[in-house]
Amino acid sequence: MSKTLFEKIWDSHIVVDEDGRSLLYVDRHLIHEVTSPQAFDGLRLNARKVRRPDLTFATMDHNVPTSDRSLPILDQTSSIQIKTLERNCKEFGITLFDIHSPNQGIVHVIGPELGITLPGTTIVCGDSHTSTHGAFGSLAFGIGTSDVEHVLATQCIMMEKPKTFEIKIQGKRKNPHAVTAKDIILSIIRKIGTAGGTGTVIEYRGETISELTMEQRMTICNMSIEAGARAGLIAPDEKTYQYLNGRKYVPKNYDECVNYWRENLKTDSGAKFDKSFTLSAENIVPQVSWGTNPAMTSDVTGIVPFPDEYGKGNPEEEKGATKALQYMDLKPGTPIMDIVIDRVFIGSCTNARLGDLIEAAKVVKGKKVSSRVRAMVVPGSQLVKKNAEEMGLDKIFKDAGFEWRESGCSMCLGMNPDILAAGERCASTSNRNFEGRQGTGGRTHLVSPVMAAAAAISGHFVDVRELDLN
Amino acid sequence: MEPFKKIKSIVTPLDKVNVDTDQIVPKQFLKLIQRTGFGQYLFYDWRYEREGIPRKDFILNDPTCKNSKILLTRDNFGCGSSREHAVWALDDYGFKVIISTSFADIFYNNCFKNGILPIQVSDDILQKLFSTKSEIEVDLENQTIKAENISVSFHIESHWKKILLEGLDDIAMTLQHEDKIAKYERSHKI
Repeated sequence: MSKTLFEKIWDSHIVVDEDGRSLLYVDRHLIHEVTSPQAFDGLRLNARKVRRPDLTFATMDHNVPTSDRSLPILDQTSSIQIKTLERNCKEFGITLFDIHSPNQGIVHVIGPELGITLPGTTIVCGDSHTSTHGAFGSLAFGIGTSDVEHVLATQCIMMEKPKTFEIKIQGKRKNPHAVTAKDIILSIIRKIGTAGGTGTVIEYRGETISELTMEQRMTICNMSIEAGARAGLIAPDEKTYQYLNGRKYVPKNYDECVNYWRENLKTDSGAKFDKSFTLSAENIVPQVSWGTNPAMTSDVTGIVPFPDEYGKGNPEEEKGATKALQYMDLKPGTPIMDIVIDRVFIGSCTNARLGDLIEAAKVVKGKKVSSRVRAMVVPGSQLVKKNAEEMGLDKIFKDAGFEWRESGCSMCLGMNPDILAAGERCASTSNRNFEGRQGTGGRTHLVSPVMAAAAAISGHFVDVRELDLN
Repeated sequence: MEPFKKIKSIVTPLDKVNVDTDQIVPKQFLKLIQRTGFGQYLFYDWRYEREGIPRKDFILNDPTCKNSKILLTRDNFGCGSSREHAVWALDDYGFKVIISTSFADIFYNNCFKNGILPIQVSDDILQKLFSTKSEIEVDLENQTIKAENISVSFHIESHWKKILLEGLDDIAMTLQHEDKIAKYERSHKI
């Protein structure tokens, strides 16, 4: 019988099928400081062990400061959480990339970077953006802390089988440097809504997806959760195998694995999806979010919408848009390019990889950050930071007036000192524009790294298609 | 986990769509390393003025909703971050049942793990429940919701029903399959 890629990975990981649910084996478990302490406490309380510490990897990313790492962490509660992770990893024999490790970084950046993420595997992490790893053709789920404990104790997860959702992106983008992977995924979410993928695993397919680099594919899969999906994945290809080749934790028999993946990891022709959606890449223009969820997004050439138009007859959505505009302090009908910003954040598991920084640096080179803007770059990992510095990108950013910081989640969720003040407006390459996400009262506009860089220079959003980015 | 009992309570009507877990419990409260005590932070930024003064116009501060165990809300409740702290906060505050037209997947799953019953109903039913002023009775055993103007049944997966009613430890349940897990590990290499 023809199967989708998702079904193949699902079926090959079933340990037990019962009661309409499956107990799935977990190949890799990633943990971080915020959603794991209570799980380890649960293990201790029940005198349970970590079943496979060799398949479990930890780092600290959510609340680590991005300032000088030789200085002590001033926030006592953050410091306790970080020390707790160190203690737990030591007690249970888990590999930890701590704050001083050259491999520290955002968990979804370091997984692929270290070759922990592999095609055809199941990966879980107590973080919703675990969907990122799907870019490698792995089935990757974000889970809650109770499930983190369950996986630590059993190396399995009990789940109801999700439905399948095919999203096809066809055609060529007119200007791939200006219309980025971020613009593609924001366009998708804008069309299908923040619950459009609920209960499904998305497989992204089509010509446009094949053309993307691995980093760009990660940006797409990363925001699957913003469409409500359980996971998002892309079939692996030669780019995938090349990206992973030689990385630290890939299997010793790598070539053999690649042969197996080549043969097996694709959706069979004739396989049926439960749902389908097609988007043409040719018509996508740079996107800017204006509201308080990622579906509230416009073309940069567009306007802040009128709530009744946005609601399209749904009174709840209309009410939501009215409230969002109030929170964002925006008037309907305002051109997006007239929105003036105070802050710029280039970072997060969505857009803080080397390719993102290279593209942003092209915009910034030889220019100065607008006097009204405070801008920062937070590389996704220590390795991204090192590679960028070897290319001189840090100098380009710093010369323009950007802050160049240490790696971590930083202002994506503002658990560390990097936050917006109330009323500040930020062009951010992160994934969520929820109320207060980047700081209580802060206002977030989700954009690509290129758009964020251009906004830093101009002080407002611009049509980046008009810049020379080649 | 405590076994789930029949709940009879007035409801707290939170009339909003797409309520994300960042609103349910803002990030500044995620640094605690225990599971308890999150109720005080539930809907913090909506519930309080910056100085910690309760906002009169927020439903949790309405005296008629005091001691309510049932939260009514709208589409896509619990979207966004996987933080289980959101469920711990709802539970610690006193909510045992959440009724909506739809829930985000991770949040939905997290509820059952903490003895909270999320119930999905149609638009019509939700609308009627929003207009109910009297107490509502939620009976998990018989899968019914009863109020003065309404009596409906709801769907729940049998696995979750059993876990809630018996207050089972799902890790212990999985560990009963130890032989199968070990067998899988022997045959599966990556």
